[in-house]
Amino acid sequence: MPHRLLKFGFSDHHPEPRMFREVSQLKPEYDAVIIGGGGHGLAAAYYLGKDHGISNVAVLEQGYLGGGGTGRNTAIVRSNYLTPEGARFYQASVELFQDLSRELDYNLFYSERGHFTLAHSPASLRTQRWRAEVNQHLGIDSQVVYPDFIQSQIPQIDLTCGGHQPPIHGALFHPPGAIARHDAVAWAYARGADRYGAEIHQQTAVTDIEVRDGAVIGVHTDRGYIKTRKVLSAVAGWTTHITKMVGLTTPLVIYPLQAMVTEPLKPWLNHIVVSASLHVYVSQSSRGELVAGASLDPYELISSRSTLDFAESMSGHLIDLFPCLPQVNVLRQWAGMCDMTPDFSPIMGLTPISGFYLDSGWGTWGFKATPISGKTMAFTLANNRDHDLIKAFNLSRFERCELVGEKGAASVGH
Amino acid sequence: MTSRLPPQPGEWIDREQPLDFQFEGVSYQGYTGDVLSSALWANGVHVLGRSFKYHRPRGIYSLANHDANALVSVGSRTNLRADCLPLEAGLQASAVNTLGSASRDYLAIMDRFSRFLPVGFYYKAFHTPRRLFPFYEKQMRKVAGLGKIDPQYREGPTGKQYDFCDLLIVGAGPAGLSAAVDAGERGLRVILVDENPHPGGSFTWQWQRNAEAQERYKKLLDRLHALENIDLRPGTIAGGVYSDYWVALFDQHRLTKLRASAVLIASGCFEQPAVFQNNDAPGIMLGSAAQRLIHRYAVQPFTRGVILGANSDAYRLASDLAANGIDVTALCDLRPEGEPSTAHAQVEATGIPVYRGFTIYQAETRRRGKQLAGVIACPLDRKGEPQPQAGLTLPCDGVAVSVGWAPDGGLLYQAGARFQYKTEVEQFVPNSLPAGLFAAGRVNGIFSWPDQCRDGLRAAREAAVYLGQPGVTELDSVTHQGPSPSHPYPIFSHPGKHNFVDFDEDIHLADFKNAHQEGYDNIELVKRFTTVGMGPSQGKLSNMNAIRILARHNRATIQATGTTTSRPFQHPVPLGHLAGRRFHPLRRTPLDAWHRQAGGQMAHAGSWLRPEYYGPADQRDQSILSEANQVRQTVGLIDVSTLGKLQITGPDAAEFLERIYTGRFHKQPTERLRYGLACDETGTVLEDGVIARLADDHFYVTATSGGSGAFYRELLRWRQIFQLNVQISNLTGQLAAINLAGPESRNVLKDLTSIDVAGDAFPYLGVRRGTVAGVAATLMRVGFVGELGYEIHVPASSALHVWEVLADAGRPFGLKPFGVETQRLLRLEKGHLIVGHDTDALTHPAEADLNWAIAKNKPFFVGSRSLEILQQRPLTRQLVGFRLADADVTPFPKECHLIFDGDTIVGRVTSIARYSTLKHPLGMAFVQPRLASPGSQLHIRTAPGKSVVGEVCSLPFYDPENLRQQ
Ligand SMILES: Cc1cc2nc3c(=O)[nH]c(=O)nc-3n(C[C@H](O)[C@H](O)[C@H](O)COP(=O)(O)OP(=O)(O)OC[C@H]3O[C@@H](n4cnc5c(N)ncnc54)[C@H](O)[C@@H]3O)c2cc1C
Repeated sequence: MPHRLLKFGFSDHHPEPRMFREVSQLKPEYDAVIIGGGGHGLAAAYYLGKDHGISNVAVLEQGYLGGGGTGRNTAIVRSNYLTPEGARFYQASVELFQDLSRELDYNLFYSERGHFTLAHSPASLRTQRWRAEVNQHLGIDSQVVYPDFIQSQIPQIDLTCGGHQPPIHGALFHPPGAIARHDAVAWAYARGADRYGAEIHQQTAVTDIEVRDGAVIGVHTDRGYIKTRKVLSAVAGWTTHITKMVGLTTPLVIYPLQAMVTEPLKPWLNHIVVSASLHVYVSQSSRGELVAGASLDPYELISSRSTLDFAESMSGHLIDLFPCLPQVNVLRQWAGMCDMTPDFSPIMGLTPISGFYLDSGWGTWGFKATPISGKTMAFTLANNRDHDLIKAFNLSRFERCELVGEKGAASVGH
Repeated sequence: MTSRLPPQPGEWIDREQPLDFQFEGVSYQGYTGDVLSSALWANGVHVLGRSFKYHRPRGIYSLANHDANALVSVGSRTNLRADCLPLEAGLQASAVNTLGSASRDYLAIMDRFSRFLPVGFYYKAFHTPRRLFPFYEKQMRKVAGLGKIDPQYREGPTGKQYDFCDLLIVGAGPAGLSAAVDAGERGLRVILVDENPHPGGSFTWQWQRNAEAQERYKKLLDRLHALENIDLRPGTIAGGVYSDYWVALFDQHRLTKLRASAVLIASGCFEQPAVFQNNDAPGIMLGSAAQRLIHRYAVQPFTRGVILGANSDAYRLASDLAANGIDVTALCDLRPEGEPSTAHAQVEATGIPVYRGFTIYQAETRRRGKQLAGVIACPLDRKGEPQPQAGLTLPCDGVAVSVGWAPDGGLLYQAGARFQYKTEVEQFVPNSLPAGLFAAGRVNGIFSWPDQCRDGLRAAREAAVYLGQPGVTELDSVTHQGPSPSHPYPIFSHPGKHNFVDFDEDIHLADFKNAHQEGYDNIELVKRFTTVGMGPSQGKLSNMNAIRILARHNRATIQATGTTTSRPFQHPVPLGHLAGRRFHPLRRTPLDAWHRQAGGQMAHAGSWLRPEYYGPADQRDQSILSEANQVRQTVGLIDVSTLGKLQITGPDAAEFLERIYTGRFHKQPTERLRYGLACDETGTVLEDGVIARLADDHFYVTATSGGSGAFYRELLRWRQIFQLNVQISNLTGQLAAINLAGPESRNVLKDLTSIDVAGDAFPYLGVRRGTVAGVAATLMRVGFVGELGYEIHVPASSALHVWEVLADAGRPFGLKPFGVETQRLLRLEKGHLIVGHDTDALTHPAEADLNWAIAKNKPFFVGSRSLEILQQRPLTRQLVGFRLADADVTPFPKECHLIFDGDTIVGRVTSIARYSTLKHPLGMAFVQPRLASPGSQLHIRTAPGKSVVGEVCSLPFYDPENLRQQ
């Protein structure tokens, strides 16, 4: 037993302080206001303080910390993306994640499981090879593997998919692929941001943004008006509401994404397994639950309702891959909203409105980017110029038609 | 020792049918109708399982599947709930998650360490040093988790069922039965589900000794059984309610998907635990569980018991227990004022001492917590705090807890109901229901059975009005009378920290205080940090107490504290039921059998199966090359039935095509083909094919095999948006297509067709309709493989006939069938790209040298605006052809290998062929424009540190003057 737990056994009172201060009043003015208390907003607040010494910052969250996508995702972290811009960016995030529990002194259960993206056709094996080649060139551990290897790593998998589906020809294997405790990421960043001076206000919704002469001058909230010259929108699935407030047009569209979890089982699945053709991915949490998801719902919708169709098709595909599972029970299903971009890459950085910064377009893949987006957005706010790692993701790329195509690497794999 | 009672009226067991079964390797006897828990209890087995974290012994608590104390494995199946697992002859069960057995679990040591494992302990340790975390995680994963899966387990698919009804009623207790009978007698089609094997709900345990109630129960059942339009489904769980009353019903065998016009929820309440030290010891159970044991299974819950109560249910329970020969040593009533109803006098009359304003402070156990020895009861002060110094010890082997209820409201929440906390009943009750949704009975805050029946009627009438029934007399709403059935705070602190709030997760009271202290002060954060309600029973017994505790810490009302979001499923449901029998479309062309007979190597191509080539698998390269040579030299035949075949008709057909494709179609002559290239809105190449004009308002369009399904949907979408007068028919499955290609193809065809196939009469890019082998056919002169060729489209039913006639006619010319791989080689030689293979998710036409296919000065087509922008910009890559000198280099480059200039990625191989009819390896690649001119050297990385040099050459490789296909 680690000695850190001893104090709990031997002290009369619970020897832990509040994770962040309870600030009852909003100040009239902040140097920066961050909209959204998800992982991204909280990480940005943390790095603003840590890297740039900007501490007069408010994070405004309409609900509770991590209640958006951060608390709903299936927590897959990986960097085996297709474009050099994407792979480099996510790799930087993975590197931050690997040391994040130590840095924030909070066990995020960052667990490197190894990530398989299965290929059910020569065509998808081709795309996997493309990714592997780009990844290797950038020093990312990623390779194409063949059925024997997959079977040896995941003995329970049925490579023939029960004969119902095209058989598995191979996979992209990414050993550093990981899962983490998503809520903990938000909490730990919140605590860290607080220590650098940022204020965290839950139950505080931004209702409008004041723009004068093309520059932000303040935000309206349901608890009053705040002056500020820098606003970061880090609201993922809510971004279209915020951009409407400042009159900005983006190609973002909102789609629901669903997931489900089974009852806990003793550990049997060590890896993260993704099949894009079967629209399913699954991992086993450290509590023993199977956490599984699929691709987006097939229609635009601003809602986080669950559907039976999802539960049915996902279960079917899961059993196609793992025929021993039919008797395993599903505990719960849920959904979240995803802000999708046409090229499956995020929209980050400066905007045509001075002082208004976007951290959006996180679709189904934004959890893994939490540390790096926080860090690069903090840089961007502090210096009023896009960080090098996110230049390719600026909103203006759509006007120039310079898309960063990640569809092949992000559509089901998240 | 057996504690089976003499026969009880209405008992669910069949004493004529005893059964032998085993638990943890020991044999016992029970009856048909027992559940595993009741049978074990009857045999004196009180440790049915171990808790998740501290491995504390656990027994029956709700006997209603509201807790997860008793999870067992039976053969390959695991995490089964003993509380609702029907006993079967020869059943062999064992508890999950023990090291040893339920009665002797070596992991019980965890309980000793519990004070070192505070709430969220795993967030606070094990992460430094970093390299040790994988080790710790491995250990933690091992102790976490419940049952073990059997990797060999297999199960055939279970079917699914669809159903419809006017009114779905969930819960067949007093309210649900009354509602069902009323609605049924009005002629509505009613489905009444209840998760129990018998209808009756609380009639079958709470009101068994009430003659009037039993009389009503019987009458309701008689009326119900007399009605054919009521479909009673016991043993059925309503798992989730989705949009528009789409309801998932689960029974032992299958999922039924039900569309109900209206839904009435009469699901009742979960009786709630009291929180005191060791409140989880075996022998401590809910009052309702004790009554279920007695009345359903005729099992004595204990011999000598204490009741902890806070409502009139507790008093009726006391009388009920006493009447069944149980020595009730005390009734501790949390309320200082006690029970105002007549139930009190009845209890006093039996001589049971009643302690008002008392709680149980702690339970005492022996045999390492496996057996209850007694309780310490003590008075509460005015603030409700226990005063242990004034405690008294009450020996007992059982405790029945009846302190309150929480609504089983999950389905109501899912269907859009809003709840409000009502202090009259200290319960959340629905206060706003969407149209078509109704609630009645205990879930609605109604607690006496006659009132529940009335509330059921009221709701049924409202439903009937909603469903448009004439002449319905509506009833006033029923309200609860008398003291609250639930105590506002049946929760008592104790320094011993074994006063559990959540049994699934072993979370005790101080955990909430500590979580709150750390700032987890919102109900959702509390849930996520402490994991309350996240266990297998999803908080049925813990969420309400958690809300009460948090409200206190926050000094807020319960209403303001709120609830967590309810999500499906009501109870955990098997993946297999959800999956059901799957529909896996696999498409075979009409010539499938012929290909197999001819030695075709069949492979998946999207949802189709197609021959890649003909011949043994170990002669792949030779076979492909010999098929290719045959096409080049004489003639070959390929089945291209998988091509998308769309018919576009109507006055606006040409206009529609002009908007979809990049080319021009208004002036396309009839009997002529044009190449069609379609982009998406970002200007990315989406599809290509040929477009045949058969008449002014009639086009016939082909699309790629892989993309045509999505393309067809996209066309339908655009038609909606454009509002043009066109019809789009997808003829892909209806028609077969055969491509006859090679210099001799005209000679093979000429005597078989009604069409004049002479060069001038039927030129390249012409389309003709006539007959082939006596069958009506559409013929197109295309040259995908670069030879003289005819694509022959015929009804699928005639495909085999036409194919065989062609094959026979071709025999003198050495005709061979050829497969998809051969076709790929031939088109590559001819420099034709395949969309989706040589193009990717961002390829725009200029990059693929397809600008020629874009009509100038067209006002609009999908993607035109993006292309305008893109055309202004310098190209960043170009699709080129390249050749390799040597087919024997190893490793030989593969498709999607990258091309480098030093350390920079400058391109990617999209297609490659090692052997070709041109005698050297060739391929296509995307490269930076500066490398696109013939003669440039391409360094293709084939393995770490290895590369192969290719040389860019102009396309096409084969027949650059296009003489052969003319
Ligand atoms: C089912 C599912 C599975 C997923 N799986 C993965 C995965 O495996 N890997 C991965 O990398 N990504 C995954 N994602 C995507 C990922 O969850 C998101 O991209 C990511 O969480 C976005 O984080 P965020 O901090 O930007 O936004 P969020 O966590 O959504 O936070 C935004 C916050 O802004 C708040 N807000 C909104 N409007 C306002 C306002 N006006 N005022 C104040 N506050 C406001 C919201 O309440 C919310 O808390 C998944 C998503 C879903 C739904």
